[in-house]
Amino acid sequence: MEDMLFYDRMQFAFTITFHYLFPQLTMGLSLIIVYFKGKFLYNKIEKYNDVAKFWMKIFALNFAMGVVTGIPMEFQFGTNWAKFSELTGGIIGQTLAMEGMFSFFLESSFLGLFIFGEKLLGHKLHFVTGFLVFLGSWASGYLIIATHSWMQHPVGFEILENGKFVLNNFGALFSNPWLLPSYLHNQLASLITASFVVGGIGAFYILNNKHNEFGKIFVKTGVVFGFIASTLVAFPTGDLVAKNVVKYQPVTFAAMEGIFETEEGGSEIVLIGQPNIQDKKLDNKIAVPNILSFLTYQDWDAEIKGLNEFNPEDYPTNIPGLYYAYHIMVGLGTIFIGLLFFALIQLFRKKLYKTKWILWSLLFLLPFPYIANTMGWYTAELGRQPWLVYNLLRTSAGASPTVSSGNTLFTLLGFVGLYLLLGLLFLMLAGKIINKGPQLIKN
Amino acid sequence: MELFWYIVLMTMLAIYVILDGYDFGAGIIHLFFAKTEKDKKAITSAIGPFWDANEVWLIASGGVLFFAFPTLYASSFSGFYLPLIMILWLLIFRAIGLELRGQVHNKIWETIWDKAFGISSLLLALFFGVALGNVVRGVNLGIVTDGVSTHEPQYFFLPLWNPSFSPQAEHLGILDWFTVLLGIIGVISLTIHGANWIIFKTNSDINKQLKKVIFNLNFVLLTLIIISLLVWHIIEPKPFHNFIKTPWLWIFPLITFTGLFGLFKIKTFKKDGYGFIFSTLFLFGGLTTTVASIFPKVLPSTNDINPSLTIYNVAADEYGLNVGIYWFTIAILLVAIYMIIQYKVFKGKMDDIGYGDH
Ligand code: HDD
Ligand code: HEM
Ligand code: HEM
Repeated sequence: MEDMLFYDRMQFAFTITFHYLFPQLTMGLSLIIVYFKGKFLYNKIEKYNDVAKFWMKIFALNFAMGVVTGIPMEFQFGTNWAKFSELTGGIIGQTLAMEGMFSFFLESSFLGLFIFGEKLLGHKLHFVTGFLVFLGSWASGYLIIATHSWMQHPVGFEILENGKFVLNNFGALFSNPWLLPSYLHNQLASLITASFVVGGIGAFYILNNKHNEFGKIFVKTGVVFGFIASTLVAFPTGDLVAKNVVKYQPVTFAAMEGIFETEEGGSEIVLIGQPNIQDKKLDNKIAVPNILSFLTYQDWDAEIKGLNEFNPEDYPTNIPGLYYAYHIMVGLGTIFIGLLFFALIQLFRKKLYKTKWILWSLLFLLPFPYIANTMGWYTAELGRQPWLVYNLLRTSAGASPTVSSGNTLFTLLGFVGLYLLLGLLFLMLAGKIINKGPQLIKN
Repeated sequence: MELFWYIVLMTMLAIYVILDGYDFGAGIIHLFFAKTEKDKKAITSAIGPFWDANEVWLIASGGVLFFAFPTLYASSFSGFYLPLIMILWLLIFRAIGLELRGQVHNKIWETIWDKAFGISSLLLALFFGVALGNVVRGVNLGIVTDGVSTHEPQYFFLPLWNPSFSPQAEHLGILDWFTVLLGIIGVISLTIHGANWIIFKTNSDINKQLKKVIFNLNFVLLTLIIISLLVWHIIEPKPFHNFIKTPWLWIFPLITFTGLFGLFKIKTFKKDGYGFIFSTLFLFGGLTTTVASIFPKVLPSTNDINPSLTIYNVAADEYGLNVGIYWFTIAILLVAIYMIIQYKVFKGKMDDIGYGDH
């Protein structure tokens, strides 16, 4: 039984992590493409239409990957988490079905038009189809996060005698206090990914002295969008999601921050340190006193509960993993803001395209928003453990009762192999498009 | 309320089969009949802008199944674990075959993705037929051995096959001679359906040949259907029970045979779209007839200890089903609008949209 759960969790974690590499770019990039196309409509400079078309190619490839890896997600609730699906399907099925009906149809119908229809439709309608694709992908994110928020902080339901969760307030699913901060935080985070992809490829062009003119547009767009999104991701949205965690999942917060003991007179914020579960302390700690209390409660001396105040049964199952995931996300967020701030200054001084170290950093940092996003989700998911539905349904009670571990391992290996292939193909083909550059793609 | 969502779900599934069915069929035709680069282009162009939206019908049906009939979703998805995961893998291969082929111009590359697209389409058509076979045949709910149920009554698990390969064995498998028979019917009917779509949407050189193919396959299809009806009583002791009780249900078999016999006239059709209409009727009728024959069961039990799953014992709670109607009505209207726009823009023959020339 333990075994079986392990493979189920590995499979879910692996497939969702891989899936989410693609939608985060889809959601962010669709916004940037709409921006380029809109700019072209406004100033009629052909360059911007070329740029929009160039990103559309990458977008289409990325979208296809998102679709093929997304379908297994929808099925996996039933295949691997049957008990969970049976008990909560009437609720989470509701939002997931809405996602299919409202967003996937919208996205997929108009993507075909967006990609093949420029000539048939003319520029204005082409812009509209692009906008609808953007809308579809953001709606999809919204409904997924609504589903996820219900698992983190269940609302609008009652539990029947047979253990089933039944909905009794549809509206509550969408006024869930967990939802809005989480959604905004996540969407901004995906905009960061797209900004770094656009900016990083721009930097690549300039450093290579190829497609220079386009490189400049990309770098500028990436830096501006990236700076705005990075700032907003930390404050106010990061702050708000963190406050939700303190309020509704205090034990998770203690583990995320590595607070083993409640400290009187305010908690310090840990910058560096390795959690040592045996001795219940952090090794090699560097910390600044009282900051955490202030950030959380706007009060320097507020008391934050440490792990010692909770029942070990309810501890997140992987405290070090949770702690690192959280610190990597926050750490990367800080680095993004710092770098983009310098880049912005150079942009205003009209020196950005000549400042080599910034261009190199932009290129080097291209993969890091993906890491930050993944770590953010690991924070959320590891933090929710050992619960599937927070405080109500244990993860161990949600797996499929009749699927044996041998079968799960078999399919897990299959997914790993298949996704490695997909990943390689994606990188190869994206590389090809990037190498050609916007001008050649145009026709 | 259960009945309403049952009808919605079955309709959505039928739409899925009709729409993605022509994609699968096109894949099979591509595998066996497309020889020149031009034929291949024509075929992929005819489905290119549509397949993704078509597949969404599967995702959306899955979503409706999940929220309206959570117990059925949980039971069947975990019980049919292996074939479902394989279907997922095949869907992935088919999609990347279609999408990636045109990205690199190299013979080996193109051949690999052509085959990936064709073979996975073929296997998918087979699997979907087999799936239907499994649903009507039923499963050993609760995994009863020696008169004892070893799991909760709504759960089961099927291996891919068992040595006996029989639909009446004590230990059932996904594949047995009955389900494979339905699988083959699936492949043939979707091949016909796909061929009709290609005739409808392209001016390809193989269209003439495809009409012959359709005509011949139609005989095979008719024969197999007669065989399957003759053996139906093996899996359902009173096969036509529902039809006798509720005579208006005869409309479904009637639709099926209208489609089937209509197709024998394929060579005389004046308009290219007629064939497609008939194969659509056939698929719609065939599916509805099959599920109507076991209604209100949705997954029959093959043992006497645990009851079959019916739409009434797998449905979600009343409140959820009621609110669902509001958003679903809005959503389905929007979907209809998108589809109208999509098919309006891509109307007529599509040989030249240049699909795959990324
Ligand atoms: C580029 C990506 C990125 C960056 C730089 C940040 N985040 Fe984040 N974070 C995410 C990407 C992300 C995410 C992937 O979008 C998550 C996962 C779940 C969610 O809603 O957003 C997330 C979740 C998440 C959670 C967990 C919420 C939960 O348990 O459900 C917290 C507490 C924070 N974030 C806080 C922050 C803070 C204080 C940041 C300050 C810099 C920060 N994040 C930067
Ligand atoms: C809103 C969408 C999501 C939903 C509904 C969801 C739901 C789930 C479920 C049902 C599980 C299995 C049970 C468990 O071990 O907790 C799980 C586990 C997991 N998910 Fe998510 N997830 C979502 C998004 C994500 C994303 C985007 C990522 C990563 C990029 C992610 C990472 C993980 C990981 C790492 C696990 C394993 C946790 C563990 O083994 O302890 N999830 N999630
Ligand atoms: C357990 C969670 C998840 C499930 C069940 C799921 C399911 C799916 C499915 C079935 C698709 C294909 C849709 C199509 O054919 O167009 C898809 C794509 C997509 N998903 Fe997910 N997904 C999950 C997690 C996430 C998360 C966390 C996000 C972001 C917030 C997300 C955003 C998207 C987007 C934007 C697409 C559009 C296609 C693309 O990726 O390019 N998904 N997802």
